[in-house]
Amino acid sequence: MIINVTVNGQAVRRAVEPRLTLVDFLRQELRLTGTHTGCEMGACGACLVLQDDRPVHACLMFAVQADGAVIETIEGLTERAVIADLQTAFHDRNALQCGFCTAGMLVTAYGLLAQYGVPSRAEIRDALSGNYCRCTGYEAIVDAIDTVARQRADHG
Amino acid sequence: MRLTPWRGNGPIMDNPPYIGRSVARPSAKRLLSGRGRYVTDVELPRMLHAAFARCPYAHARIVSIDTALARTMAGVRLIATGEELARICTPWIGTLDHFKGMKSPPQLPLPIDKAVWSGQAVVAVVADSRAEAEDAVEAVMIEFDELPAVVTADAARILDDNICFHTKLDTGDVDAIFATAAHVVSEEFRFGRHTPVTLEPRAIVADYDPSEQRLTVHHSTQTPYQFQDLYSRHYGIPEARVRVIAPDVGGSFGMKLHVYHEDMAVVGLSILLGRPVKFVADRTESFVSDIHARDHLVRARLALDAAGTILAMDVDDVTAIGAFSAYPRTSAVEGSQVIRLIGAPYRVRDYRAELTAVFQNKVQMSQYRAVGHPIACAVTERLVDLAAASVGLDPFEMRARNLIADDAYPCTSATGYRFEALSHQACLARLKQMMDYDRLRAEQATLRTQGIHRGIGIASFVEITNPSPAFYGVGGARISAQDGAVVMVTPAGDVRCLISVTEQGQGTETIIGQIVADQLGVTHDQVTIITGDTDTTPYGGATWACRGAGIGGETALQASRKLKRNVLDVAAAITQAQADDLDLRNGWIVDAATGRQRVALSEVARIAYFRSDTLPPGTQAQLTVAHHYAPEGYPFAFTNGIQGCHVELDAETGLVRILRLWVVEDCGRIINPLLVDEQIRGGVVQGLGAAFFEECHYSETGQLTNGSLAEYLVPMACEMPDIEISHIETPTRDTELGAKGCGEAGTAAASAAALNAVNDAMAPLGGRIARIPMTPARLLVAMGRV
Amino acid sequence: MKARAFDYARPGSVTEALAAFAANPEASYIAGGQSLVPALALRLQAPSLLIDIAHIATLRGVDVAAGWLRIGALTTHAEMLTNPLIALHAPLLREAAPHVAHPAIRNKGTIGGSVALADPASEFPAMMLATGAEIEIANARGTRRVPADAFFLGLYQTAMALGELLVAVHIPIVRAGHRCAFDELTRRRGDYPIVGAGILAEFDNDVVIDARIAFLSVGATPVRAKQAEAVLVGGKLDNAAIAQAQTALDDDLDPADDEQLPAAVRLHLARVLLGRLLGRIMA
Repeated sequence: MIINVTVNGQAVRRAVEPRLTLVDFLRQELRLTGTHTGCEMGACGACLVLQDDRPVHACLMFAVQADGAVIETIEGLTERAVIADLQTAFHDRNALQCGFCTAGMLVTAYGLLAQYGVPSRAEIRDALSGNYCRCTGYEAIVDAIDTVARQRADHG
Repeated sequence: MRLTPWRGNGPIMDNPPYIGRSVARPSAKRLLSGRGRYVTDVELPRMLHAAFARCPYAHARIVSIDTALARTMAGVRLIATGEELARICTPWIGTLDHFKGMKSPPQLPLPIDKAVWSGQAVVAVVADSRAEAEDAVEAVMIEFDELPAVVTADAARILDDNICFHTKLDTGDVDAIFATAAHVVSEEFRFGRHTPVTLEPRAIVADYDPSEQRLTVHHSTQTPYQFQDLYSRHYGIPEARVRVIAPDVGGSFGMKLHVYHEDMAVVGLSILLGRPVKFVADRTESFVSDIHARDHLVRARLALDAAGTILAMDVDDVTAIGAFSAYPRTSAVEGSQVIRLIGAPYRVRDYRAELTAVFQNKVQMSQYRAVGHPIACAVTERLVDLAAASVGLDPFEMRARNLIADDAYPCTSATGYRFEALSHQACLARLKQMMDYDRLRAEQATLRTQGIHRGIGIASFVEITNPSPAFYGVGGARISAQDGAVVMVTPAGDVRCLISVTEQGQGTETIIGQIVADQLGVTHDQVTIITGDTDTTPYGGATWACRGAGIGGETALQASRKLKRNVLDVAAAITQAQADDLDLRNGWIVDAATGRQRVALSEVARIAYFRSDTLPPGTQAQLTVAHHYAPEGYPFAFTNGIQGCHVELDAETGLVRILRLWVVEDCGRIINPLLVDEQIRGGVVQGLGAAFFEECHYSETGQLTNGSLAEYLVPMACEMPDIEISHIETPTRDTELGAKGCGEAGTAAASAAALNAVNDAMAPLGGRIARIPMTPARLLVAMGRV
Repeated sequence: MKARAFDYARPGSVTEALAAFAANPEASYIAGGQSLVPALALRLQAPSLLIDIAHIATLRGVDVAAGWLRIGALTTHAEMLTNPLIALHAPLLREAAPHVAHPAIRNKGTIGGSVALADPASEFPAMMLATGAEIEIANARGTRRVPADAFFLGLYQTAMALGELLVAVHIPIVRAGHRCAFDELTRRRGDYPIVGAGILAEFDNDVVIDARIAFLSVGATPVRAKQAEAVLVGGKLDNAAIAQAQTALDDDLDPADDEQLPAAVRLHLARVLLGRLLGRIMA
């Protein structure tokens, strides 16, 4: 069936099988390969994207469910430069190694920092509870998000 | 312990701009932007997708396969069974000659007669899409005749002819020593079977071009060179027409070093079809096919005298592997390292160990991060703590008395490991200070009176890095122990380096770039490092066993020095100076003594590439060099360290909160502290995962019962602590660079430190545990609460 | 892990949704999909039609009327965390919400989906019991409200018939004398718990005049610990009463043996959890 989705600010119209997941639609149909699959059952966070500006698992949605929805991926966030400070902090702090979890981590961080206030380290870890990373051991990621949260608070 | 000058060529550099600096990774920027290129992202024209029908039984004869219905389904292009692939692929046997007496049954990509583990791929379906392939898989009808399965170590051990490998070490006098020792402590250890759970699963795109009879494989692997050799030999394609490309790899930790049946099958499927075929193991498949590791039952004892000096150790290790030994690196290395690493940090002269690797009808087992070290360290350090308690010594004091003295080197362990120079005592002292140990103990005592049970545990360790050909080569494996680099100055005066070590996110490319930039006097961002393609990079050992920095780094260092010499020769001709009087700094050829700039590197390059007519006759500028380096000297560059773990045990629930973890690590000369520390942190968390969470559960019938991310518990952010790291640097003199490896150290000791910490917390409650993971149920039982 | 093929429909009203199901009994409703989609990916379920109810406006909304808090079926777990009416009138649900899975799951998962699935390890089905909720169900003939105590019948089995739609849950709003506490014991944050419980107790001065205690992860359904409740009602909540309630749990709970978690361990943990929760609401 035909779906119309806004992806990274652009209207996209495609014919899809209902069983095609949103993550496969993004990766295969639109070649937005920055979003990854690690489990296809919502347990690892590698597939996180934004729907209506809120983090959701793209593996837990079918593309047909996104008909009429507004979706943003890591590519869109990068192009809009809204996570540039997070990307810089991650880079400086080496809060990524293989990079496979990174898009999901950035989407989660984006969602967390959209909330009011400066989260504590424990709150940051809590927000990351659904994001699996095998490489970093998480501390550098917490550090990077913490740095940005404080920077944003300082600059108002 | 500060850096000391090297033999031969003097110090690396005075104040190197990059070596020793925490430089962010240039190649991380595109990963942060969603521009990584993993094999899972690869799409080729006319590419097809593979899925597999798998055996649900742990052991079963394949009676018949009916693919008639499956063949009619939409999008299906090929269905292949074991017979079809056996015609084009030779079998492999996962043994090495230096493991005497080792045996293993030959393996084919898909089995013909029987399946030997639950989850084994039996029939391959290739279709236009993965979904269609899975639809067709459901329509493949395989008749199995279930056979008795071997699923416990004890059952495996008593079977006739079920031993993969057996070996003994014996210094000779162990029984006599134990008979008369003042104290003997013993324990039976069980280690949960693990699976690596890389976030990017195994992924491969095999692309056979029949017009050129050329095979290109895009493979998520640590070692494209090994696979180039394997695909060539087993599929009978000349090595020159096999290309393996390892692009961005989403995590490996050793898992992606090994041959997998499906991966080999996919190469054959592409050959049969003459089209690219892609296979990405989904998470369910990953659990039942990625290598497992760490399944050991160790009975061990330690004898000590009345003063607390360790006299001898006696070990029996039974490791229950899969139904065959992994290929080409075997399933015996892990156990072999376990029995050789036990006791390694200590002055233990008398030692006996027996290793038995037995087959089971389970997933194959092989090298996974820190191979054997976590088990050896846990056995050793737990016994040392028990020994300390038996003579009334504090754990730090026990180790101060027994760790090899820092001035006792070189020396050889009772198991034959040769140590060049380690720093156990210095690390011990540093850890005690970092932890503020005395204050922690005082606080522990106070909190105990309030019913709060905290525990402190420490674990010393050594780690094998920079392996020589003695590791695999001597056994007949075509696994390279050397590396090669091609380094060149480009027309613009930048530098390119193609090198045979590989990148999986640990920062290999970054540190190679730092070394090259330092030697050639350019900025780091002027250096491009290229890895992971057998067509473009020299042949080499790639990345495993922490060899990237030590061996790869030395290769890059020596290659860069050669190139520098060539550059200075051309510059000397241009400036009419002596090459020996010149140096490369900040993009300029300068007078070495005064620093006066003579000619820009970019100018030398311009002349060499475009105006060779202006050079003195006979001057042939060589702005590209190729250089190989094979390690010599010590068979391994051992590193050492110590970890401390602080936990709080909820005695009513058995839940443990990990408060903090400390690491003192001596990995020789550190090229990039930021990257080293993050490797350590990642490794520690894997070790803590082992200590508290990870374990493959098998049913009585050999089914993996927790094969999903919801039930196999990998460590997540909320349960992991902040990790404090400090370094001591004892370089190796075997290389100019002096670097050793660090990638596995975090994992080597974290579970041991945690095991000791929890036992320390439980001690006043009468509990004792020697089994990981330390689940709440096991801890409650240990404490007698249930 | 790709699902088997299915058709997709997106009705605009409850009536349309019910009719779509009636026309295709092998259909499945999908709202947040956080539990359904993995089941489809694993091919544990294979409906021929997915009826997407996520856009039916009447299934949304939270409001208070006549002593009841009505929470529309499509209310996400994230909204359970942020909605001030829920925090004010059903604080036990607010307290349970952060424990549900992870933030991104909470952005899509719905209370209607959670209660209709009736996973015994989920927080909200148990909290329906603890709050004395009524579950509103629609079918072609109209709607009915089923008390939570009569809703959970067996493993993934509820009082809903095939094709019926859960449209809202109704929670009696708390009164001044109410105190509540929720907690769960998990190996990792967001996991299905080893054991979890919620308590809603009403006090008149120091005396417990009503107590509802519901456990999750202790059996095929969420379980009300009625013997433990009975021990508490009519007396003061003190350490002796807590100990008695813990003992009474032996009669309330009969968890199955699990190879990784023996029944005796789970029961022990349930007792410990109960003691801690009661300790929290003790003055």
